[in-house]
Amino acid sequence: MEKISTVTGVAVPLRRSNVDTDQIIPAVFLKRVTKTGFDDALFHGWRQDPDFILNQPAYQDARVLVAGPDFGTGSSREHAVWALRDFGFQVVISSRFGDIFRGNAGKQGLLAALVAYEDIERIWEVVEAAPGMPVTVDLVERTVSAGELTVPFEIDDYTRWRLLEGLDDIGLTLREEEAIAEFEQHRAAWRPTTLPIREPAEAGN
Amino acid sequence: MTASSERPRTLAEKVWDDHLVKQGEDGTPDLIYIDLHLVHEVTSPQAFDGLRLAGRPVRRPDLTIATEDHNTPTLDIDKPIADLTSRTQIETLRRNAAEFGIRLHSLGDKEQGIVHVVGPQLGLTMPGITVVCGDSHTSTHGAFGAMAFGIGTSEVEHVLATQTLPLKPFKTMAITVEGTLRPGVTAKDIILAVIAKIGTGGGQGYVLEYRGSAIRALSMDGRMTICNMSIEAGARAGMVAPDETTFAYLKGRAHAPEGDDWDAAVEYWKTLPTDEGAEFDAEVFIDADALEPFVTWGTNPGQGVSLSETVPDPAAIDDQHERAAAERALEYMDLRPGVPLKEIKVDAVFMGSCTNSRIEDLRAFASIVAGKQKADGVRVMVVPGSARVRLEAEAEGLDKVFEAFGAEWRFAGCSMCLGMNPDQLAPGERCASTSNRNFEGRQGKGGRTHLVSPLVAAATAIRGTLSSPWDLEQAVTEAEAK
Repeated sequence: MEKISTVTGVAVPLRRSNVDTDQIIPAVFLKRVTKTGFDDALFHGWRQDPDFILNQPAYQDARVLVAGPDFGTGSSREHAVWALRDFGFQVVISSRFGDIFRGNAGKQGLLAALVAYEDIERIWEVVEAAPGMPVTVDLVERTVSAGELTVPFEIDDYTRWRLLEGLDDIGLTLREEEAIAEFEQHRAAWRPTTLPIREPAEAGN
Repeated sequence: MTASSERPRTLAEKVWDDHLVKQGEDGTPDLIYIDLHLVHEVTSPQAFDGLRLAGRPVRRPDLTIATEDHNTPTLDIDKPIADLTSRTQIETLRRNAAEFGIRLHSLGDKEQGIVHVVGPQLGLTMPGITVVCGDSHTSTHGAFGAMAFGIGTSEVEHVLATQTLPLKPFKTMAITVEGTLRPGVTAKDIILAVIAKIGTGGGQGYVLEYRGSAIRALSMDGRMTICNMSIEAGARAGMVAPDETTFAYLKGRAHAPEGDDWDAAVEYWKTLPTDEGAEFDAEVFIDADALEPFVTWGTNPGQGVSLSETVPDPAAIDDQHERAAAERALEYMDLRPGVPLKEIKVDAVFMGSCTNSRIEDLRAFASIVAGKQKADGVRVMVVPGSARVRLEAEAEGLDKVFEAFGAEWRFAGCSMCLGMNPDQLAPGERCASTSNRNFEGRQGKGGRTHLVSPLVAAATAIRGTLSSPWDLEQAVTEAEAK
């Protein structure tokens, strides 16, 4: 994963709440077995409308998405993060995120910045006044700056550290190999195993 | 955590504590051991690729099981899958399972089905374990008193490689449902009412524990319906404390413990219910006596009301986001404020999905439609959750009931719950669906979804407009006679 410390780029004001991951990427695009090439699928339903904000010329090189509350709710599909990333987004700002989406974002180097709703409205006002203006998101200082406006954002310390360092979770966990093996030594015999395959003693239900 | 055993703990805290491989320090997450990892074709290919690239094996194939459900057709399952990208994804899972030594139940196998139906029916889902799957409806398995939650593909790879996940502890919320459901009101109506009450974001960061007399009275199938939709309230997981209903369901299932292991398990499982005096971070109360059949009118699962009401007027909603969302939802759903919900005509009825496709759901649907004819012009699909549920239903003759009614009786899979396989709504079509999400385009581009219980789906299929068994005199009599 690449390190992130600051991102400067065009911010898109997406004045919608409850943007579920089915809207970010419809299920029909989840059939692919690759991890890239999802940029065309991003907001596919909404992009059929020529007036949709991402279709406007000022926002073609967008890096920062500024959305209403409850962004990324619903399905666990990590494809939502991949699609945002493939389109060019490096930061998503909302006042509330779906838990699974936020987790997925952190694993893939997409910064999910939690900003108070009043401040999101202020950012919207600033960037709507000058469509295509760049904003700066500073992960070290935990701030979003747009023109004269600077507002704070929240992100948990651990995710911030991993993003700043560009660290891979699996590598970190494998350092705990001994503790995992030790835990497995004491796993009770009644706990489930899928192998060997067993047949029911009698018809269930 | 030995220290914490001194103070009263919730069910969720007990399961968490018993899976701590390493406690986090200085803001780092805890490392949690995963007892059971369920895999399907959609969210796993990139995870297996990641393992291959890093040269890592699957740490515990014996704690991992895969099935094919999202992409699979529910007709002509003996023929090659027509959609090439779907076929590629299924074939990729088969290759990955073979390469990494993972048990797979493929289309045509008697244990194939929706991943959240397969785990419980095999007896793999049990109290006090941790369950993950690259699917948000993994919360279903919490009905057994397991800690079960959906994860993304990066986490799927993480679990395959390490059998653990780094996690911050969740907060706990008690959802207490007291009283007795009236005939015609079901587990689905409880959970739709809960989501309407706390909102689609109300559960974020929480594990919900469903408690109270109305929950205790539910079967395992009903409890699974409720836990399944915890994610629609934003929660990672939902749980119900294990009890005799849980033990009776598990006993004798293929992978349930046997002999001394069974006795040891039950002894442990009985220690799991939340201790007297344990504190929840939040509490919600629902009066079961007052519940009516419920239906959604909008495009998120929190936009629901009792079926006896009218389409709400966005102008009457105080919160500006809720109001804007309601306005957009009514436009998408092509509905006007003030219209009685019972006057809304549907084009299709979908009976299925990981929320409502178990044998009891099919029995409930059959109890209403038996001996009747579906409304003219309404397409009715009945899709069992697993191949085993299909066999069981056929052994009881339910397939004959459905076919005589005019419904299509299909093979197992996710089907019309999500627009990913051939079962989809056409643009503009309206569907009463027993599934879990009414998002824009969820059941097919431009499709309109009303989430309902199996009983409401059945009554709607008969009348052609959103209806409950209460609208069918005879059905009410039958339900009361039960």
